[in-house]
This record gives sequence, structure tokens and C-alpha cells, in this order.
Amino acid sequence: MRFSSLAGIVELCEAESSTIAALMIREQIQESGATEAEIREQMTGYYRIMKEAVAKGLNENTTSRSGLTGLDAQRVDEYMRVETPLLGGEAAKALAYALAVSEVNASMGRIIATPTAGSCGIIPGVFVSCQERFAWEDERMVEGLFAAGAIGYVIANNAFISGAEGGCQAEVGSAVAMAAGALTELRGGSPAQAMHAVGLALKNSLGLVCDPVGGLVEIPCIVRNGFGAVSAMTAADMALAGVRSVIPSDEVVEVMLEVGQAMPETLRETARGGLAQTPTGRRIMKELQAKRRREK
Amino acid sequence: MRFRDVFSIIGPSMIGPSSSHTAGAARLGRAARAICGGQPDEAEIVLYGSFAETYQGHGTDRALVAGLLGYLPSDPRIRDALVIAAEKGMEVSFRPSSRPALHPNTAKLCLRAGGQETIVTGSSIGGGNIEITGVNGFDVKFTAGYPTLLVFHRDRPGMLADMTDLYRDAGLNIGYMEVDRKSRSGDVLTVIESDGGLPDRSLRLLSSLAGVERVCGVELNEMEGTA
Repeated sequence: MRFSSLAGIVELCEAESSTIAALMIREQIQESGATEAEIREQMTGYYRIMKEAVAKGLNENTTSRSGLTGLDAQRVDEYMRVETPLLGGEAAKALAYALAVSEVNASMGRIIATPTAGSCGIIPGVFVSCQERFAWEDERMVEGLFAAGAIGYVIANNAFISGAEGGCQAEVGSAVAMAAGALTELRGGSPAQAMHAVGLALKNSLGLVCDPVGGLVEIPCIVRNGFGAVSAMTAADMALAGVRSVIPSDEVVEVMLEVGQAMPETLRETARGGLAQTPTGRRIMKELQAKRRREK
Repeated sequence: MRFRDVFSIIGPSMIGPSSSHTAGAARLGRAARAICGGQPDEAEIVLYGSFAETYQGHGTDRALVAGLLGYLPSDPRIRDALVIAAEKGMEVSFRPSSRPALHPNTAKLCLRAGGQETIVTGSSIGGGNIEITGVNGFDVKFTAGYPTLLVFHRDRPGMLADMTDLYRDAGLNIGYMEVDRKSRSGDVLTVIESDGGLPDRSLRLLSSLAGVERVCGVELNEMEGTA
């Protein structure tokens, strides 16, 4: 890859009059030795699986194996039909779709890690709902995924994308930033605006810990995907309106690394702190352990 | 770079619930299977850090075993991998360790196949991506995302030149290479990552070089889930 920073992406795009998506596609061809048709086909396949997961989460039983979560996407979907959501219909739809995909994940269904499974609802939530709203072609959505991938590539190599290394900011935080940047480009924003969206989004999730109850990717992961989808749209709207991230997005990525490294191990996907160790979290964990013993 | 391309960020296509604990674990298992040279008869798996704390809830145990059975992260059989392994006569045990590991998501797989023992240590570094950090007491660091050869050999002057000659003759670029040895002119493990796989003929020549004991290829590149 010719870029290793978010500023580097903007520089290359400006010098080559390119979108982030087109730059990522060219770099991927160079890196993998595959043809453009091949890599587009792989990404198109991934987008199809994302759409299938949205549909599955809205229509099938997504009760997880633990029994702790499931069907919340369907609750929001139903509420949207009957009531007027405070968020407005479009943001509520992104929220419902994000919950749907995360619930498919928690029930051991098939998803695409974006960048991880714990954060797999955010990009499909935003992409699929916006595709319906703006009547975008699949091809355009696939290009959006390449743009999101370019942003995630920089974050992953300069900080991290796993909760065990950097807390939830590394997973949901990265996904929100990727979705925000890609959405800004999809709506006609410049690469520089897209990177402002990334910086704005990342700043909003700094310090978010990874404290899943029972160690499962369920509580609070699923609802954080719902929140994340709405945050991504918020960041993209701000950037498209001309709001800038005063602290450049690359510096925010450095802060994310610093904060993650300072985070105690109990709050990095070990279920030894945070929500996992609340009285209720501990009770749930005990019940799950007893259930597992009975199953053996 | 720990993450090398767009599909290490968008992807893999996988069965939930965790990219580190499920998809990455399946890939660790599959890499260990390749290094072992096939399906082991027995697997003793030590888990560290977050793996040790949360492996049952995330299906890490099923996913590691699914990988040992050769399954991809997108294979729905991951859910039933423990049962399938038992049916196939693979003996599996898990031991959570409280000892700190270099990376929080780490597993050590001690595999036995036909009386031969292979020990593979690896970490799941996020988004389903992995890093193999130890093989039979050698310190290594490779991702198995590209065609990778592990050459177990005795050290002698000219050994590396003989090996790289074969890559040159095959017109292949070496992207990454490392050598770890236990003593001067003792046992060595050389890891070679290249842009394409070495053809069979070159592989045979490599295996027959003086001092080479065993060669095994590891590559996890999966176009899974796109069909």
C-alpha cells in the first residue's frame, strides 16, 4: 500500500484526482496481484452476505444460544411502523438494520467482519438503509466498502481493531469511523471531508471499554452497534456540512492507541470488569456456567 | 504491517459471534493442521488471556477444533466441531492458563499425529487475522495470509542461498523471510513468505537439498463465502 496514514490517503486522492474507493481498489490490485474484476467480485459477495444478514435479523428468530439476546431489531422495526421514532425514520432504519446483523452474529449466523464480528452491524446498518433511501446501485455500495476498508486499514495498522488489545473503541469505534468516512464519500463529500468525518467519529468513542457480560458478544455489543450506526450518520452529516475535526484524524488514531494501551486488562474483553462484573452481570455469568455444566 | 490488505479489514465471511475468538481461532486451528501435516489424532490446547477467560461463550473451543478439522471460518459445521472431532476419533482437551502471554488472544496447540508431536503457538490479532509466533520451540512471526513455506533443516553455509535460488528460478518474489536456530549449525526453522506458491517441482528440489528435514506449506487464503 502506498499510504499508511489518513492524511496520506487524502494526499494521494488529491494528487491523482481519485476517490478513496478508487485508490483502495488500485492499491488492492497491486498488493494482491488479483484483477480488478476478482476483487470487486469478492467484495460484491461480501455485500450480498451483509444484505442477507439484515433480512435474516429482521425476519428470523435471532435468539442467541445463551438466550440473553435476540429479536430487538424486530422490536425496533415494529415500533418504527406504529410510532414516529424520535430519530426520524431513516436513522431508525439504520439502527434496526445494525441490530439485525449483530443479532445474527450473536446467534452464530453468517456475517462479514467489518472490521470485527463484534462491530459487524454498523456498516451494513448504514449501507443497506442508505442504499434503499437513495436508490444506489450495488456497485456503488461495493465501492463504499473499499473506501471503508482503506480507513480501517490505517486504523488497524496504527492502533488496533480488537477489543482484547484496545477495548470497544477499537471495534465499534473503528467501525463507526469507517462507516462515517465511507458514507461521506458516498454522499459526494471530498476525501478531506471524509477524513474529518473519521476524526469526528473516533473522538466520540475514545475510551470505550470492552466489558461483555459473560464474555459473550451480546451485552452491550449488540446495542452499541445500533448506536454506532446512528453515530456514523451524525459524523458524516457534520463533515458534509463543513464541520472539521480540529485534531487531525491521524492524531486521534494515536490517542486511541494511547488510551487502549492504558486500559486495564479487566476492561479488554476478559469479562473481568465493567458491565460483566456488575451484580447482574455476575449472576448471568453464574447461570450460564451452570447451564453449560448441565449440557455436558 | 500487521494488516496488509482491504480484505483483512472488510472480511472474513464468518460464522459468529467473534472475529478474534471464533474466526481467528478457526484460522489458528487450520494453520496448525497444515504445520502438523494433516489432521492430528490428539490435541491439547492451552488458552491464554482473553481466550482463557471467554473461550466457551465465544465458541473458541469449537472454532479451534473446526480449524484442526480443516474447516474455514465461514463453515456452519463450526457449531458442531467438538462432536464431529469426537466422531472422527480426535482426542481434544482444553486448558485455560493464567500465565500472561505476549498477546491477549493466544493459544498453544500441542498436536500428536502418528507418534509425532507438533507444537504451534499463535495469536488472534483482530478482525479474524492471525499471527503464528512459535513452532516446535522456534520463535517465528508469520500471518499465513500469503503462501508460506516452513523449512526445518540443519544449518550449513549456503543453505539460504540454495533455497532462495529455487524462488528466483521459479520467478517468485519473497515478501518476508526469517531464520531461527537453536544453536550454531544446529536445528533451524526458516520461514519464507512469497507472492505465489512454489511449483511442485521446485518443492521437490527444496525437500531434497542437503540438510533439509521437512518442508510444509501453510496458506490460509480463503475466497470463502463469495460463491
